[in-house]
Amino acid sequence: MTQHLPVLQVVIPLVLAPLCVLVRHPRAAWALAALGSLCAFGIALDIVSTVLASGPLSYDVGDWAPPWGIEYRIDAVNAWILVIVSLVSTAVVFFARASVEREVEASRVALFYAAYLLCLSGLLGIAATGDVFNVFVFLEISSLSAYALIALGQDRRALAAAFRYLIMGSVGATFIVIGIGLMYATTGTLNMADLADRLPGVWHVRTIKVAYGFLAVGCFLKLALFPLHLWLPNAYTFAPSAVTAFMAATATKVAVYMLLRFFFTIFGAAFSFDVMNLDMVLMPLAVAAIFSMSFVAILQTNVKRLLAYSSVAQIGYMILGISFASVTGLTAAVLHLFNHALMKGALFMALGCVAYRIGSVHIDAMAGLGKRMPATMAAFVVGGLSLVGVPLTVGFVSKWYLILAALERGWWPLAVIVLITSVMALAYVWRVIEAAYFREFPGDRETREAPAALLVPTWALVVLNVYFGIDATRTVGVAERAAEILMGAAP
Amino acid sequence: MSWAQSAFPWIGHVVANYNYWIVIVLMMTGFYVLISRGNLIKKLVGLNVFQTSVFLMYITMGKITGGTAPILGSHGEPVPGVLYSNPLPHVLILTAIVVGVATTSVGLALAVRIKEAYGTVEEDEINALDAEADS
Amino acid sequence: MREELVLRLAAKMMAPFILVFGLYVHFHGDYSPGGGFQAGVILAAAFVMLSLVFGLDAVQRALPLWFVRSCAALGVLVYAGVGFAAMALGANFLGYDALASDPEKGQHLGILLVEAGVVITVFGVMTTAFYVFADRGRRKS
Repeated sequence: MTQHLPVLQVVIPLVLAPLCVLVRHPRAAWALAALGSLCAFGIALDIVSTVLASGPLSYDVGDWAPPWGIEYRIDAVNAWILVIVSLVSTAVVFFARASVEREVEASRVALFYAAYLLCLSGLLGIAATGDVFNVFVFLEISSLSAYALIALGQDRRALAAAFRYLIMGSVGATFIVIGIGLMYATTGTLNMADLADRLPGVWHVRTIKVAYGFLAVGCFLKLALFPLHLWLPNAYTFAPSAVTAFMAATATKVAVYMLLRFFFTIFGAAFSFDVMNLDMVLMPLAVAAIFSMSFVAILQTNVKRLLAYSSVAQIGYMILGISFASVTGLTAAVLHLFNHALMKGALFMALGCVAYRIGSVHIDAMAGLGKRMPATMAAFVVGGLSLVGVPLTVGFVSKWYLILAALERGWWPLAVIVLITSVMALAYVWRVIEAAYFREFPGDRETREAPAALLVPTWALVVLNVYFGIDATRTVGVAERAAEILMGAAP
Repeated sequence: MSWAQSAFPWIGHVVANYNYWIVIVLMMTGFYVLISRGNLIKKLVGLNVFQTSVFLMYITMGKITGGTAPILGSHGEPVPGVLYSNPLPHVLILTAIVVGVATTSVGLALAVRIKEAYGTVEEDEINALDAEADS
Repeated sequence: MREELVLRLAAKMMAPFILVFGLYVHFHGDYSPGGGFQAGVILAAAFVMLSLVFGLDAVQRALPLWFVRSCAALGVLVYAGVGFAAMALGANFLGYDALASDPEKGQHLGILLVEAGVVITVFGVMTTAFYVFADRGRRKS
């Protein structure tokens, strides 16, 4: 049975999704979604321990041997992504039960969970597969269900946001297909390992460079790298709370993983940085993203949108880590994938609690909530501190490695930028804290603490934020292993 | 044709690779429509043209001049003397076509809901309505 | 269009042929161009044509929305079920060789069953999409 785990990881959520459509009952559909997430999480934990102990796993779908058949190939990098996605999905699905009942029409709840499971399965599939065309298929499974999930938001602007995401996301995915097609035309293979073997022989061919360009722009669109992030803020702002928490913590992370896979495993770090000068593209964009988006975040009055802009800035940190083209830089990037998922998951879920009770996430509406909803706001504060990068939280660990990587290359101005933007992060987190703790609660309203059904999953992520901030040996160990694999220093 | 080839040496190149030129023209047409039009339906049409150009790219890539469908002999062996086209790009793009249909379908569904919610499918009018709601 | 005798007769006569052709495209898909996607769309097209001529209500009495929606879900389960069956018989997911005593027969059976799942889902999804879009404008006005 255990040898089937790589495919079961993807197929279990995929099979539970149509069951949700068939049962139609909201609670039953939720139970199926919870079952799918738990299974995925359990399998991911098993896979990651196997991979760390005994090296990469390979699974031939349909018994067709690679490179002809589709191979699921899991090494430390994607095992880690599988853990991130399934962990967040598990936390969010328990949060979603109450939150979705409040925010989504009862007749649509079953379909909501069907789309949720499809999205989960697509994201896990992108991570698990070792076949580049399969990446595109799973990318579209996750994206199409994400458009539907976002459109379920209560505000009509959710529809416009979902449409914009659909247009930009489809363009990004189509760019990726063009890149894959050009690679296939040149090498005649779609298997990642086989491509990695064959591409060095055709480095000089212009088609390959064009393919690289298309893949780069496609991935940038999907991971919302500044200035291709325009779909993200509104999509996150108007989606249902549970969807925002799930998407913010997983979708862009998986897109970053896609970029890592394409540019490090398939093309190789040597081609990316010596021939294509990827770092000269990534670094300015990353710095621009971190600066401009942190600044824009300070100006926002809708806290969900504030955090959405902050997400674009945080993606900038990951891209900055990648642009160092060193093991330490990649460690920082891979570490931040996990850490950012934890902090943004916790923050958006805390906002979901706020939305559940007061129906708004406007900064003025949150005045005085520190006393009325102490547990919720405490979760927000810890998540916010993690976002800033205060010691004893995961945010500190990622920033530490990022600064280490900058200093290792001797690029100290970048280390200074990381520090300055951390202060900017403090500024926007402080605006919320100031409103919640130092302003009077408007007396004409009754507000109680959010129910335990919402608080427990939120606090679970908050506790992980602190736990992995104090004991980072495990996460850093995996991230270093992943970084070595990506740089080609380890199998 | 010889005078044309000596005057415009690139013409032979264009004619020999006409399939790729069709792909490029379609791709840019679709992309331009997608970017320049504010009407959501026209945007979707542009997206479709754009995606179709990629389908064509894959399909022409797998076709070999004089090649036929890769149906093997009765015992699974290649028929001698028959040139086969590469079926894989066609199969891949069948998947992409289905994805394209799904994307169009979701896009149109969203456009219908936007029309119901906003009363328009023009992007600038939607933005104006949103700006009103924000202020 | 209730008065258009030619249209009504033509639609009635063509519908069974379209359905049979859809099944042919499916079952003959491993010998000639065809397969689940095409067959599913052809089957759905028959019902789209019928609804254009006889009206949505008439067709939905025969083929209600809940049914086609369930089809969309069932097809995926058929597809995955074949995969799990192969797994239970000792092969990898979707390893058709194990489905019959002879690997060649297994491949044949496997692809047919999987494509049957595709037919059901594509038929279900296309018809559902048509129903939902066609119904939307009517209810409003």
